[in-house]
Amino acid sequence: MSSLHMEFDVAGNNFVSAGSASDEVKSKLKSIGIDPTIIRKVAIGMYEGEINMVIHAGGGRAIVDLYADYIDVLLKDEGPGIADIELAMQDGYSTAPEAIRDLGFGAGMGLPNMKRFTDEFNLQSEVGVGTEVRMRVYF
Amino acid sequence: MKIEEVVRVLNADVYYGNDLLDVELNSACAADMMSDVLAFLKDQALLISGLCNPQVVRTADMMDIKCIALVRGKVPTEDMIRLAREKKIAIISSKMRMYIACGKLYESGLKAGEVSV
Repeated sequence: MSSLHMEFDVAGNNFVSAGSASDEVKSKLKSIGIDPTIIRKVAIGMYEGEINMVIHAGGGRAIVDLYADYIDVLLKDEGPGIADIELAMQDGYSTAPEAIRDLGFGAGMGLPNMKRFTDEFNLQSEVGVGTEVRMRVYF
Repeated sequence: MKIEEVVRVLNADVYYGNDLLDVELNSACAADMMSDVLAFLKDQALLISGLCNPQVVRTADMMDIKCIALVRGKVPTEDMIRLAREKKIAIISSKMRMYIACGKLYESGLKAGEVSV
C-alpha cells in the first residue's frame, strides 16, 4: 500500500491549466517534507508528461503513489500512440506542430527529460490505442 | 544579485514582485524553449525568456526559479501574473533583446550557476 495516493484528470488541449496536476503533487510532496531534489525530479518528469498528454493525446490520467523508498508516477492516455518509440526517445525529435513550438514546447526534449531525471522509466504505446508511461524516483 | 539589481540592470518594469526585490539570485538561465529549462536539475534562480505564456511561470515553479525576466518588451498576461502571485515568483519585463539582457547581467556579476551538460 502506498502512503499517499493521488489521481488527476489531465484536460486535453487546455494549455493554460497544463501542469496543474504536477503543481499539486509538488506542493503536496513539499508539505510532507520530501527532499527538494527528489521533488524536482518527480516534478520535471510529471510536468513534461502532462504537457505531452495535453499536446499529443487530448489529455489523460495521472496517478502518483508515494512508498517508503520511492515515488511512482503513472501517466495514461488514449491518444494516437507512438509509432516509433526509439525515435521518439531521441533528443530533439518531435512531431509537435509549429504552433506548439511557439508556445515553448515541442523541442523533442520531453521524453528524454523524463527518462533523464527518473530512476526507472517505462514507456508502452500502441498506435490507435494510447500510451502509458511509468516513472519511478527513489529516495 | 538581488532582484532589485536585475530590475535596474535590465531597466525592467515589475509586473509582480515589488515585495520580493530583496530576494537574492545566484544563478541564471535563458531559454525560449521550456524543455531546455527543464533539462537541468541544478538550481537556477532567474529565468530570462522571450516566451510569454502561463507555462513559463509553471516551468519556473517546477524548477524553484524565483524571478522571470521577459525580454523584447513582452508583457505578461493576466493568467501569468495571477500564477506568479500564487507561486511568489517575481515577473519583470525589459525591452532589451535576450543577448543584450544576458550580457548585461553576466557583466554585472550574475553567472550561470552550476550546470551539468
